[in-house]
Amino acid sequence: MGLVEAIIISIIAASTPLLLAAAGELIVERSGVLNLGVEGMMIMGAACGFAGAWLTGSTFIGALFGIAAGMALSFVFAVLTLGLAVNQVAAGLALTILGVGLSGLIGAGFVGEKIVPAPQLYLPVLTGIPLIGRILFGQDGFVYVSIALVVGIWWFLYRTRGGLILRAVGDSHTSAHALGYPVLKIRLLAVLFGGGCAGLAGAFLPLAYTPFFIPGMTAGRGWIALALVVFSSWLPGRLVAGAYLFGAVSILQLHAQAFGLGIPSQLMTAMPYLATVIVLVIISRARGAAGSVAPASLGIVFVPDR
Amino acid sequence: MQLVLEKRAERSAFIALASPVLAIALTLVTMSVFFLILGKNPVTALYVYFIEPLTDSYTLMEIAVKASPLIMIAIGLSLCYLANVWNIGAEGQFLIGAVTGSYLAVVTNGTGAGPWVLPAMLVMGALGGALWAMIPALCKTRFGANEILVSLMLVYVADLILDYLVRGPWRDPKGMNFPTTASFDPVATVPVIMDGGRLHAGVILTVLVVIAAAVMLGRSIKGFEIRVVGAAPRAARFAGFSSEKLVIFTFAVSGALAGLAGIIEVAGPVGVLQPGISPGYGFTAIIVAFLGRLNPVGILVAGLFLALTFIGGEGAQISMKVPLDLTKVFQGMLLFYVLACDSLILYRIRLLTTKQKAA
Repeated sequence: MGLVEAIIISIIAASTPLLLAAAGELIVERSGVLNLGVEGMMIMGAACGFAGAWLTGSTFIGALFGIAAGMALSFVFAVLTLGLAVNQVAAGLALTILGVGLSGLIGAGFVGEKIVPAPQLYLPVLTGIPLIGRILFGQDGFVYVSIALVVGIWWFLYRTRGGLILRAVGDSHTSAHALGYPVLKIRLLAVLFGGGCAGLAGAFLPLAYTPFFIPGMTAGRGWIALALVVFSSWLPGRLVAGAYLFGAVSILQLHAQAFGLGIPSQLMTAMPYLATVIVLVIISRARGAAGSVAPASLGIVFVPDR
Repeated sequence: MQLVLEKRAERSAFIALASPVLAIALTLVTMSVFFLILGKNPVTALYVYFIEPLTDSYTLMEIAVKASPLIMIAIGLSLCYLANVWNIGAEGQFLIGAVTGSYLAVVTNGTGAGPWVLPAMLVMGALGGALWAMIPALCKTRFGANEILVSLMLVYVADLILDYLVRGPWRDPKGMNFPTTASFDPVATVPVIMDGGRLHAGVILTVLVVIAAAVMLGRSIKGFEIRVVGAAPRAARFAGFSSEKLVIFTFAVSGALAGLAGIIEVAGPVGVLQPGISPGYGFTAIIVAFLGRLNPVGILVAGLFLALTFIGGEGAQISMKVPLDLTKVFQGMLLFYVLACDSLILYRIRLLTTKQKAA
């Protein structure tokens, strides 16, 4: 395997959790809800995903555990923000604090344990094609799921009636409510979907990226996923580009360290975070001229009038 | 049947007072369930967590030492949140304050410098925190970038800067390769004010900050401006209050307070600059701010309570073999209950029967 091929494969691996989590959050935000708890749901997905895989020996069941954990946390968030009309920013932060604590509690017993990482696809002829074979036909299941997810989200948002309603709810909850759409129910489903995606994204880390669990292993990826949604202007296509760009930044910093360019390793490790800040500034500045493209009801509490 | 929220005509003053108490009570009930799951006696566990630390003068002092940075940071955050400015990066501002303040301690180490060192360190720490907070503030006001994400990303960067310094240029050559600076000289150390513990002069500064914030919020035009911009942005525009200037102001003050808390922590209880100087003070302070309902006196009480959970948690870890992460779980849970109970100030929950729904 050549170096370029190896780098591309590792970029795809680094991008996958970002793409999974951001894709879920895209749907949540399109419904008009801002869930800042992605990091908390991801780390819970990582802890529960690892626990599930370790107990059953199955990556698939581990992934399901991760999804369930993310959904459970997002349900708590939904009860607060949709049921009790709590400020979404505060509730999202609470979710992250709770998720980090709970994951530490659950994961403590599994630190130092190992599992068999998720198998990579192998197709007899196709995977053997030089250069592109392994990149296109040799990834683990998570990678294909993440791509399918984004395509599915694009199709749902722009080609189905349900997607139209979801976007309407996110752009004007009062109008959608007046038309008779169940705003809170639609938002609940969106939040649960986002939670499941964040949980799966977290589960990817110990199940496929590294075969073990360490506390805090999401290392801010949930927050980067949130920034990616802003970066993408809430468009699924741009989300893929953004996620792969960030994956590339985080992998290239590793390679730069390996080459030993004399740059402090901490500066290289800080690259993805600094890149997030720079990208946010550039995107926001460009958008300032063109007007906001965020869903109009994003982050605004809705209490239906009867 | 269906549960629905109904807007109250007026805020409920009774629930406004009862809400934090109710939230704490609900947290205690949930904690008891957790202890049962972990196979511990909940009564003993709650005693170890919340009563035992109060029965001993040493742990009482420890509570004040832990509460001090929480309160100081939360006061700054409350100004931001009142103005609807979301500074989430207090942890980073705390770390940078510790770094910039420590610079003086590192360069004057062993030079026999005078008693000016500590005050200068405190000023440097506050300045460093304020400057670090200016990055998200300017990104927001100049470019419209989301301050939540920017301030949070900078937490990771601040952590790495601290890590780089104590592993590289500032590492103590006699430190057996541990990532830490040399121990601070006495002139660079916050003095202890009571024998038999670690209660230090920084605690007095925290009390002064609480008083200053209470006066500012209650009696000054600035305090009024903060409230108006936060509660009614349109009205604030008509009144000529600039929300941009207020973003800068609240970020600067909260960054300065977090930075000050950071340098006090390393120059006081810790005594050297090293990784892991904060057990998540900057994040826990968010809970303190909300539990104290963004009110200086409330924050003082809330900070002492959260500090109690830290100290009680350490005690429970040692004597009952309860995992330390449980404390974080409780803190997160507490924030949830506080937010949920606060909702009852503005809304009442009504149970609708199917008949009423049809009508």
